[in-house]
Amino acid sequence: MTTKLLFDIAWTHVTARVRQTLVGMAGVSMGVGFTIMMAGLMEGSQIDFLRQLVDTMPHITIQDERRSVPTQPADQEYGAVQMSNVTNLNNRPGIKYPESVMASLRSWLPGDVTPSVRTTAIIDHGGGRIGVTLTGIDPRQEPRVSKLASQMREGQIADLSRAPNAIIIGEALAQKLAVKPGNTVILIGGKGTEVTSSVVGLFRSGMKRVDEGQIYGLTGFAQIMMGQSGIVNELRLRLNDPLIAQQVATQVEAQTGYKSVSWQEANADLLSTFAVRDFIVLTVMGAMLLTSSFATYNIISTITHEKRQDIAIMKSLGMREYSVRRIFIIESAIIGTVGILFGWILGYLLCYGWSHITIYNMLTGANVPLQIYYSPMHYIVAGGISLLCCTGAAFFPARKATRVHPVEIIRGAS
Amino acid sequence: MSEIALQAVGLVRRIEGAISHTLVNGIDLSVNKGEFVAITGPSGSGKSSLLYLLGLLDAPNEGDVMICGQPTAKLSETERADIRLTKCGFVFQFHFLLPEFTSLQNVTLPMRAAGKMSEKEMHERGLELLTSLGLKDHANKRPNQLSGGQRQRVAIARALSNRPEIIVADEPTGALDTTSTEQVFGILRDIADSGRTVVVVTHDPALAARADRRVHIVDGKIHETIQGGQAPEPAIAIGATAAES
Repeated sequence: MTTKLLFDIAWTHVTARVRQTLVGMAGVSMGVGFTIMMAGLMEGSQIDFLRQLVDTMPHITIQDERRSVPTQPADQEYGAVQMSNVTNLNNRPGIKYPESVMASLRSWLPGDVTPSVRTTAIIDHGGGRIGVTLTGIDPRQEPRVSKLASQMREGQIADLSRAPNAIIIGEALAQKLAVKPGNTVILIGGKGTEVTSSVVGLFRSGMKRVDEGQIYGLTGFAQIMMGQSGIVNELRLRLNDPLIAQQVATQVEAQTGYKSVSWQEANADLLSTFAVRDFIVLTVMGAMLLTSSFATYNIISTITHEKRQDIAIMKSLGMREYSVRRIFIIESAIIGTVGILFGWILGYLLCYGWSHITIYNMLTGANVPLQIYYSPMHYIVAGGISLLCCTGAAFFPARKATRVHPVEIIRGAS
Repeated sequence: MSEIALQAVGLVRRIEGAISHTLVNGIDLSVNKGEFVAITGPSGSGKSSLLYLLGLLDAPNEGDVMICGQPTAKLSETERADIRLTKCGFVFQFHFLLPEFTSLQNVTLPMRAAGKMSEKEMHERGLELLTSLGLKDHANKRPNQLSGGQRQRVAIARALSNRPEIIVADEPTGALDTTSTEQVFGILRDIADSGRTVVVVTHDPALAARADRRVHIVDGKIHETIQGGQAPEPAIAIGATAAES
């Protein structure tokens, strides 16, 4: 049976019912268009959030701690040991021989690594006290592992070198403390060390947690605040491809023995929330596409009902049941294909329109445009699922109609 | 001995249900190649049911129909459809043309379904058929632009398009005026004269009388057969009679 014949018959059926056909196509277009828009919006916002997250923190952080308790000497000596009140050896904290560890990592690492000192401190200013995380960095090496340089709103990272006790703080924290670059604040370290620090710069990462709770100083300054001269308790890694951070972290941990935390591990709870969100979004989009195919189902049902006589005649002339069924599948495919093409255009226009909508960010005080991610995959998947739904929707009424015995119809008509 | 084009052996067609009803009750019939047979009988006698069985539109509960010597009882629906497409041409009381297609498109439909000819050949064959039936000027008209007689002639052209061995027609003049009836019957007569087998169900005794043989059905059985121009005879060994004629 020539496909052209089946297509011709299908074409005459759909073109003879312009209004119904247009309604069906509009249904498919709406489904596909809004699905593409939703996918672009969801993925865009997610990518934007992850980009901010990844930019704000190191891809991998090597900490001066172990994942599990070190094996005790008694464990090594005896097969079974019961211990209580074990007192830890008062080992000096920090990563041992950090320069050697970094040199070893740099030999294979697809990225860069820099040492830093992380400690906690309290800022005492204007009668208020705020707890912060102080990270001691090397201003020359910092741009290789973080986006801090591009996040600076006032001053530069290099300004840290202007004074040994200089600090850079988040813009949100500065507003909270009502300080500006050039002002001084009192920093209280873990061991009660009090130092007067001068604020030399402000940064804005876009993440409230960081902008209100993170400050930067020189490595030596952080060591003083920690009360541990010469200590390096953190190595921060930045990779060329942030997505491989988890594998690299495992490799680094196996090599160094220190706990290596990838950005994925550090934000595991957030990422699992994304997975749940993705599932919900996919379900909603699938439902949208399925619902849009109901219009096609209605049209094909109507056509098969109206064309029962034609079906009987075609079968009586010798056209196979399968071929007659294909006519209605083709009709559905025509409605679906045209609907999908318009849906693609609608989807693109919606994405384009939405990307020009701005939302006020209460943290930054800026109007931020909605992030839309344009991906051909959105169009292919939305179109493919829609076409599948349309042809599936046509299959059942077509099968029912073509199973009719021609004699029953011919007798009825006669 | 003439070649048998169509043969029915012990055909039985029952409608099963709460009340079973036998439409065709053990009919034996042979139709020679080039023969024009008219099936007559009162309403509900089973003549259309017999025609549908002979044209493989319906399947018998018992018995077999042989088309050009080929048994069909054990064929699948797809194989029966293939035989309908290539060896049988149907004409019904109503034209049953596809309303969105032109006359020419309707005529070429079975050829396109068979897929054995090129577009050009199908077009030429379609025009040739329409011309031979006096419809050349109506080739590009749709059924709703034609008269009843013209539509039925288009239906006949469609039935002839694949050069079938057998034409089965179910009251083809039932919905036509006298002039059109004359035309259509004349065409069917010409088809038979050209060597094709024609089996027609009709209520009209005058038209049936113009057939080579008239088979009268009553209660699903052959009541009598009448050879062209002969007086009625009891229906005994119809197949043998037809084969000998």
